[in-house]
Amino acid sequence: MTGRRVVITGIEVLAPGGVGAKNFWNLLSEGRTATRRITFFDPSPFRSRVAAEIDFDPAEHGLRPQEIRRMDRAAQFAVVAARGAVADSGIDIEAYDPYRVGVTIGSAVGATMGLDEEYNVVSDGGRLHLVDHAYTVPHLYNYLVPSSFAAEVAWAVGAQGPNTVVSTGCTSGIDSVGHAVELLREGSADVMITGSSDAPISPITMACFDAIKATTPRDDVPERASRPFDGTRNGFVLGEGAAVFVLEELESAKRRGAHIYAEIAGYATRSNAYHMTGLRPDGAEMAEAITVALDEARMNATEIDYINAHGSGTKQNDRHETEAFKRSLGDHAYRTPVSSIKSMVGHSLGAIGSIEIAASALAMENHVVPPTANLTTPDPKCDLDYVPLVAREQLTDAVLTVGSGFGGFQSAMVLARPERSVA
Amino acid sequence: MSTSEFTLDDLRRILQEGAGVDEGVDLDGDILDEPFEVLGYESLALLETGSRIEREYGIVLDEDLLTDADTPRALIEAVNQQFGADEPAAA
Amino acid sequence: MTTTVVVTGLGIAAPNGLGTQDYWAATRTGKNGIGRVTRFDPSSYPSTLAGEVPGFVAADVLPSRLLPQTDHMTRMALVAAEWALADAGIDPEELPEYDMGVVTASSSGGFEFGQGELEKLWSQGSQYVSAYQSFAWFYAVNSGQISIRNGLKGPSGVIVSDEAGGLDAVAHGRRLIRKGTPMIVSGGVDASICPWGWVAQMAGDRLSTSDEPTRAYLPFDADAAGYVPGEGGAILIMESAESACERGAKIYGEIAGYGSTFDPRPGSDREPALRKAIELALADAGTAPEDVDVVFADAAGVPELDRVEADAISAVFGVRGVPVTAPKTMTGRLYSGAAPLDVATALLAIEEGLIPPTVHINPDEEYGLDLVLNQSRTAQVRTALVLARGYGGFNSAVVVRAVD
Repeated sequence: MTGRRVVITGIEVLAPGGVGAKNFWNLLSEGRTATRRITFFDPSPFRSRVAAEIDFDPAEHGLRPQEIRRMDRAAQFAVVAARGAVADSGIDIEAYDPYRVGVTIGSAVGATMGLDEEYNVVSDGGRLHLVDHAYTVPHLYNYLVPSSFAAEVAWAVGAQGPNTVVSTGCTSGIDSVGHAVELLREGSADVMITGSSDAPISPITMACFDAIKATTPRDDVPERASRPFDGTRNGFVLGEGAAVFVLEELESAKRRGAHIYAEIAGYATRSNAYHMTGLRPDGAEMAEAITVALDEARMNATEIDYINAHGSGTKQNDRHETEAFKRSLGDHAYRTPVSSIKSMVGHSLGAIGSIEIAASALAMENHVVPPTANLTTPDPKCDLDYVPLVAREQLTDAVLTVGSGFGGFQSAMVLARPERSVA
Repeated sequence: MSTSEFTLDDLRRILQEGAGVDEGVDLDGDILDEPFEVLGYESLALLETGSRIEREYGIVLDEDLLTDADTPRALIEAVNQQFGADEPAAA
Repeated sequence: MTTTVVVTGLGIAAPNGLGTQDYWAATRTGKNGIGRVTRFDPSSYPSTLAGEVPGFVAADVLPSRLLPQTDHMTRMALVAAEWALADAGIDPEELPEYDMGVVTASSSGGFEFGQGELEKLWSQGSQYVSAYQSFAWFYAVNSGQISIRNGLKGPSGVIVSDEAGGLDAVAHGRRLIRKGTPMIVSGGVDASICPWGWVAQMAGDRLSTSDEPTRAYLPFDADAAGYVPGEGGAILIMESAESACERGAKIYGEIAGYGSTFDPRPGSDREPALRKAIELALADAGTAPEDVDVVFADAAGVPELDRVEADAISAVFGVRGVPVTAPKTMTGRLYSGAAPLDVATALLAIEEGLIPPTVHINPDEEYGLDLVLNQSRTAQVRTALVLARGYGGFNSAVVVRAVD
């Protein structure tokens, strides 16, 4: 390991409930939820009819007409979040060698919304197998390849260093940032613009999760539909959004007097090699990822003050994860607050990992642990402290955030204060 | 499709189409009381099987049925019970 | 001291040959794999040619349980991974639990599977969408399925940077090995030859509309007018030299250097960034330009992009300063599968001491390249440079080197 340590100096979040990191944090700290009946299309034919949607007008956030035309919604989120993160960090990108400024953007499902809509047109409502190219939009190639998200972000900020999209399903948001940390540590870049974005609320996504009963059918009171760790949970609520960060090497951030939110002290990912959608009940591989991330951070389990859980709200996940925390942190798991912000902002697939990193950093910033909303009925198999309903003020100097994704990916990241004593 | 009975052969066909057959499993053998797990079908395969049955026969299966019916016999009985309960959907 | 990372296994599915042996036999003799699309009727589209992998019958080589849940590209990737592991002599079951991971590249996921489900959604209704749609089309599917089928629990990843992603995935595999995981399955296998994928590719405005297989994809030719897309790619088994030596494994060569850059914004007067990517890769490998024996070109087949690439190569190596080849003129461009296939080809070139040819083209001398044309060139190949570029401005370069 080189001596380079990586810190977060800029954050921007687009999440359901309000664009901007400030709105996001207000929602979380007040324990409000952003789930509603789907408005993007008529959800009545679907099993699950609720989602956490963002009210987003790209023009209001500075995107020009041509940018809007060529970008899918998720790319628009990424660009707005990237510009916001750069502004928040106060960094002058132009002062750097552009080849030393890189980009990694996570996305699980790319331009799904745009692809769904455009397919409907070129196939004339599914009638034509040999779809009609006379009806394609000019920028369809940008929807075909989600790498266009990273390209757009690079153009927006003026980055010419290493550039890629990381797409590991629902751990994309952690793995993208983890990838950026690795590039900074190894010296391949001096600044990384990194995060993730997804805008999956489209008929094809709702249909595919309906088919495996992964999303909740609860729609009587939409704001109570997302219920991680609750005994009555029966699936997740789909969300959308983006979070982007500016990452820098610690010493150079200090030199320019940057505000430092947190150090990304450890990161690891493992695979369960078990099932594309299922999880092994013992949580062994997630526990391994947590253990390796803590080792990389040179920290003990007992130093973790808060666990930002994956907490999707499916029966299987929340138990799996609870087991993983016990397995990796031992008794300390019982003493550590654990919460799932998916109870408030839903599950935005590849984006949520970065949004949860943002929540973790803001928890450290404010010394407030966000709650798990809608947790009113205990599940005997989920027996940790899940911070039900109300946020909690407490000293928060180190946070563990985790994710679990289709394909078997299990990822863990440790955020800590850079001034802690490192063994 | 309207029919009066859902048989083991119907289930065999739908399993084969929707989920394939594990190596070493003889679907044509005496499988009525073999747990699906032993036959190599996990939750996803059974969800796919369930939705194929629903579409083909125009019925709606109870949500917990697929998790509770752990053998072909149990699933076939549950589907046949549903035939009694539901009006077949219009084709 | 940094860990030396080597390749010990290859699995290839290419339009001019299925399996390493067939592929190399075809490639060293310049055998074309481009033809009229057979996976659907292309007659209503301006572009009608593709490189399709011949003779791949999924039902013969994969368990039937996997067929309903996999796209064509995943099926080929699973088989290529199996071949690569066998070639490397690795039985994953014998490895410690977390000692092997999977890093693949993807460009557009399992598009053909996705078209099938979109068709059901819009023509029949949402309840007709398959339970497998939740993962069968997405970008992470090949890494996930390879990991599950082979029990690989180490760190894994999925890199998407269009055609450059194939090299980025190999570089990430090397990174994970250097961080301590002894073995990584890497590479990429891609395919989007379905009507929906076809019109989306055409929207990029770079597909050739020629209907003559030998005149359609002509990089560095005055008649260049776009590329022919293809399917397939290569899976590579990468491991630390230490692990390979301990096992007594056959070593194809070393992944010695890597560089990656992104082009300036459209309209900028800054130089295109490919030259910088080459320089970074050479510096990373500790290799001087004069030590490079061959360059595997990205070979876009689009005049302005060919010009950029020729200029970058000449700037680093001098005009006609290094042999350049583009075996992908036989296969078409395989998106995320292209660069891993070029890396595999470079390793085979090192093994045999022979540079495979660029076919079909009549090079425009203006480009100033020493292209290996029509027939293989016998040469001692110890160091090869592989270039790959992705739509939007992605540039990556990898140096592959013989190991003594």
